[in-house]
Amino acid sequence: MTLTSPTPGTSPSRELAAPRPRGGLVQSVNDSLVIAKRNLIRMSRIPEMVIFGLIQPIMFVVLFSYVFGGSMMIGGSTSAVDYRNFLMAGIFAQTVTFATAGAGAGIADDMHKGLIDRFRSLPMARGAVLTGRTLADLVQTALTLVVLAIVALLVGWRIHEGIPKALAGFALLLLLGYAFSWIGALIGLSVRTPEAATSGGLIWLFPVTFISNAFVPTENMASWLQPIAEWNPFSATVQACRELFGNPGVSTSEAWPMVHPVWASLIWSVLIVVVFRTLAVRKYRSASV
Amino acid sequence: MPGAIYAEGLVKTFGDVRALDGVDLDVPEGTVLGLLGPNGAGKTTAVRVLTTLLQPDSGKAVVAGIDVLKHPNEVRRAIGLSGQFAAVDEYLTGRENLQMVGQLYQMKARAAKARAAELLERFNLADAADRTAKTYSGGMRRRLDLAAALVVSPPVMFMDEPTTGLDPRNRQQLWGIIQELVAGGTTLLLTTQYLEEADHLAHDICVVDHGKVIARGTSDELKARTGGERVEVVVHERHHIGTAREVLAGFGKGETTVEEHTRKLTVPVSGGAKLLAEVIRELDGRGIEIDDIGLRRPTLDDVFISLTGHAAERDTGENGGPAGTPDAPGAKGRAAARKETAK
Repeated sequence: MTLTSPTPGTSPSRELAAPRPRGGLVQSVNDSLVIAKRNLIRMSRIPEMVIFGLIQPIMFVVLFSYVFGGSMMIGGSTSAVDYRNFLMAGIFAQTVTFATAGAGAGIADDMHKGLIDRFRSLPMARGAVLTGRTLADLVQTALTLVVLAIVALLVGWRIHEGIPKALAGFALLLLLGYAFSWIGALIGLSVRTPEAATSGGLIWLFPVTFISNAFVPTENMASWLQPIAEWNPFSATVQACRELFGNPGVSTSEAWPMVHPVWASLIWSVLIVVVFRTLAVRKYRSASV
Repeated sequence: MPGAIYAEGLVKTFGDVRALDGVDLDVPEGTVLGLLGPNGAGKTTAVRVLTTLLQPDSGKAVVAGIDVLKHPNEVRRAIGLSGQFAAVDEYLTGRENLQMVGQLYQMKARAAKARAAELLERFNLADAADRTAKTYSGGMRRRLDLAAALVVSPPVMFMDEPTTGLDPRNRQQLWGIIQELVAGGTTLLLTTQYLEEADHLAHDICVVDHGKVIARGTSDELKARTGGERVEVVVHERHHIGTAREVLAGFGKGETTVEEHTRKLTVPVSGGAKLLAEVIRELDGRGIEIDDIGLRRPTLDDVFISLTGHAAERDTGENGGPAGTPDAPGAKGRAAARKETAK
């Protein structure tokens, strides 16, 4: 091999070792895809993580359907089948938000192992390490949703508004998951250990997913809790999915996000991406263990 | 014209700690600067500033002729960084790791692939190329990490404690690679707590402590500042110490120091091996039995102690010291004594 070394007296900028970056969007996309590929290879080599990621929502489906099913009043019926059909949008949404913990733990692990330092010393696009990670998580989330949808069909969940609308529902779910993985990225960059990122990525998800319309109708909640649940970004997506899937238990609340759930879901998710991506990229640029 | 790595008045504080307290560096092209200091001296902080990872509070840094603070992304195209931890993705194979880094250096996928194969061959990792880095030994990981830093053959390299935690054989191997690299014209800034390593690899050495450069020069210059050679004798019988002391006083050009409990006497001398032979004859003639005798030149350990008043801290646990490093002189008294002479 030959080692290039700059000749004294000439401008070094023309003879830097690495090729000139393409710059702009093309480079951002390329770098993000390189990192996404790296994370997907990693995931394929740690299949137990993907499997545990699947077991949890499946367990929720089974537990909620058979433990709560029959005692819940959904749209005036206590039928267990009605509850399962009501529940599924909630479980789907909860599952995608759990991607937060994965993104957080992954990025914290990269920090911990010095990989973030390596990436930051390379002439790559600023947000690519995080974007790549969140894209890889999106792929994993999509796979999880496919398996979960099959399980849901097996326990009696059905769509009634046609395939296109159902796909639109899943698209909203993926967008929500993508948005939440940016929250995870920020958490991962902010904590000191991967373990802290896992628990830090999960604990706040419980109030967010439970103070919502996911598992019980908001109508039965305390009057002060009801508006919180209805304006919860998470609830908008759940409500939108129930509408798009034609599942029972669509909230009849007058609150704007419940009346226009698809728009509310889109706005919330995009807003979360914009805000948390900005914060996370800023944090990344000054990141140090 | 400033060197390939140039820093002026770098200051970086973390809370109350002044990690860098006005550091100046100048590394001429094609040379190696050893940044030597104990844990927490500011070595890593200096590397992080120079490699664009950390914004200094004040000061100036120029690498490969480019202002680090103004054009960090340009600097990144010209440098390679091998950090304190082998920063490789353990779930990726060696080949995948290097290809990824190549692509992130903006090489085309095909070029990155070819370069990865070349480096794996060169760093003796070809057989393990398609195994995940998780299965690599510590030495292999370090080599992979170093290979990753060399993907674009950067003119300026930074290595932060490259051999920490390596066994002697792997350390020697890595030293060989580093020397080869420098012979090829690369400018290198190397941090180490191993004095022997700086002695071995660096053209110039900066000793840092508490965020300041407290001494700089070649290894020989620094040693000369600490004083010349000396004779160390360990006598077999404690009651011979007095007589031995008289003998040594006759040869020495300074005060003889005695460690009673180890029965060791030390005296600064000039005259080298010939003088040592005379000392042995004289001791023998007086019937003094000796367990050990030797001519010691000052090590960088001595330099460090004389400059800072404390030994370079090194992990003696799992990391172990570098191969063949002489023991750090132990007695605090001696350190203090030499501190006086250094001033």
